[in-house]
Amino acid sequence: MWAFFIRRLLQMIPTLLGVILLVFFLFNWVGGDPAYILAGKMASPEDIANIRHQLGIDQPWYSQLWIFIQQIVSGNFGDSWATHESVSHIFATRLGPSLVLLIPMMVIETVSAVCFALLVSVFRRSILDQSLMVLSTVMMSISLLVYIIVGQYIFASWLGWFPVKGWGDSLWRNLTYYAPLPIFLGLMVSIAPSLRLYRTFILDEINQDYVRTARAKGLTESRVLFKHVLKNAAIPILTNLLMSLPGLLTGAFLLERFFAIPGIGREIILAVERSDFPIIKAATVYVAIATMFANLAADLLYRYLDPRVSLK
Amino acid sequence: MNHTTTSPSFSPSLWNLACARLVRDKIGMLSLGIVLFFILLSVGSFTGLIAQNWDEEIAVNYAPPSFLDTSKEHTDTVSRPVIARQQINLYGLHDPLSAVLNQIELAHPQDTMPPNDEKKLTHLLLGADKWGRSVALKTIKGSETSIMVGLIAAIVATCIGTVLGALAGYFGGWVDDLLNWFYNVFTAIPYLLLIFAIAAVLNQKGVTTIILILGLTGWTGVFRLIRAEYLKHRQREYVLAAKAMGASHYRRMFIHILPNTFHVILVQLSINVVGFIKSEVILSFLGFGVPVDVVSWGSMLNEAQNELVLGIWWQLLGAGAAMAILVTAFSVLTDTLRDALDPKVVA
Repeated sequence: MWAFFIRRLLQMIPTLLGVILLVFFLFNWVGGDPAYILAGKMASPEDIANIRHQLGIDQPWYSQLWIFIQQIVSGNFGDSWATHESVSHIFATRLGPSLVLLIPMMVIETVSAVCFALLVSVFRRSILDQSLMVLSTVMMSISLLVYIIVGQYIFASWLGWFPVKGWGDSLWRNLTYYAPLPIFLGLMVSIAPSLRLYRTFILDEINQDYVRTARAKGLTESRVLFKHVLKNAAIPILTNLLMSLPGLLTGAFLLERFFAIPGIGREIILAVERSDFPIIKAATVYVAIATMFANLAADLLYRYLDPRVSLK
Repeated sequence: MNHTTTSPSFSPSLWNLACARLVRDKIGMLSLGIVLFFILLSVGSFTGLIAQNWDEEIAVNYAPPSFLDTSKEHTDTVSRPVIARQQINLYGLHDPLSAVLNQIELAHPQDTMPPNDEKKLTHLLLGADKWGRSVALKTIKGSETSIMVGLIAAIVATCIGTVLGALAGYFGGWVDDLLNWFYNVFTAIPYLLLIFAIAAVLNQKGVTTIILILGLTGWTGVFRLIRAEYLKHRQREYVLAAKAMGASHYRRMFIHILPNTFHVILVQLSINVVGFIKSEVILSFLGFGVPVDVVSWGSMLNEAQNELVLGIWWQLLGAGAAMAILVTAFSVLTDTLRDALDPKVVA
């Protein structure tokens, strides 16, 4: 186990270097000269030279790359080009709202998707199973944009059950007043894919020999389902859940934008609109690192939960 | 075996079997029909056969759909405000250009005096937008953009994924290591974040830009599966036989093995088209996608967002419904294709 853990950690180094090189290549080479973006329309050559010196882009590419690596290690990406707020402060303050939105969403999504998946697995190939599968395909196909536009209009503007948009300071009020509508609309698109995935996990288990043995022993159907099938199907479900955790860090782009929730997703969209490169660079690199660690954790969890799996 | 229908030596290929299964699947055929219909629409609109004059302002602003129409009258007289210059002088102002303008007016009477009884439709099939353009035609034009972007980007991504996957799986060794490293790097960054980052860097709107962004980022899924297929096939007898006959690496990879992976490629292509259409709509909605003079479902939804508060829902209906129908049909078709092409399923 330890040998595997250390080997995987070492394998992450080239991937991390690759991510750094890719981001560096995109923003420092493809992106052109940021001094022209920063200096505005009426810039004198001296201004541009000054900004280029401040950003360090008048230096050769290897020293720029070194500056970038130092930024990643120290976590200090400087200030936002648009608002001059420090990038680390932006991420620290925007993470909270994103988590308030996404953690309840993830919990409800997982619990309800597992329940529905168990239900349709028990009644598989019945009318209930087929109609739920058709319904989930249709629900997945409607764009989140349509759900948001229609939902915001019907439930907030027209019926007035929820606020149209906004965010407060108190956690309780955010959770009970501002967050429910976006969470509900997000669930409309996110439950269906999880349901379909978990259904296949459960169906994989339900046809196994050990399930037939359990039934032959005379166990009740609910005991077979919860004690035997669900316990085994939980392994891929849990690892899948663990691998989706880094998504919490990017926030929910569309939901946060529409409902004016000051989270990371909205900040990233704003940064793309304003060509605010430091924010996008920092987000890309750190989320990639989080993704790599989540994948490693998922592998380890798989190994821990299922001793039959041998790690190579 | 029935000798009247098949000769004893005939053994149906995977593709014969798949077609037979596909034809038998009613829902699969229906979704194939819908997808083909949408593709025909977008080809028709691309070649200018239909929806060519979508940007003509044929109706009054925000004309409602015709199924809401109760009156018999279908046209409305819109009077354009024409300010007679003689009126200005009534206020005691001196107009220094008056003499020159009168001359111009006499020379080109049709330019300066528009017909003020221009007929405009009050109701249209699916209503009209802010400028009185038909929503139905806009939806067709939007289908063209979204489907063209989705299809071309999916073809680009699938080609990249197939070639890289073939190289990695066939050669193995350092080629495999290098390409796997590429794969790990691209999959470490969440998909939407990567797209946003590239959109921010390129900072120019355009259909080609979106195709480039989606095509260059979407190859990873195809790569993984094609690499696995090549790993499986490269030591098979038929490939060794081809090698013994002196077939080059290129011939073995693309003439002998590639046709045996077409079923994987086709399903992946279909999955990519659906994903890219969705991504294009989100990008265009956020304003990182198509330029303002190009209609896409995303830009229509963007306009619809502000119109809905005014009670104008037809543009939302047009773009939203067209997208939902196409994406549902494409997803069902993908599932059907996957089942039909699965060699493990016994007919």
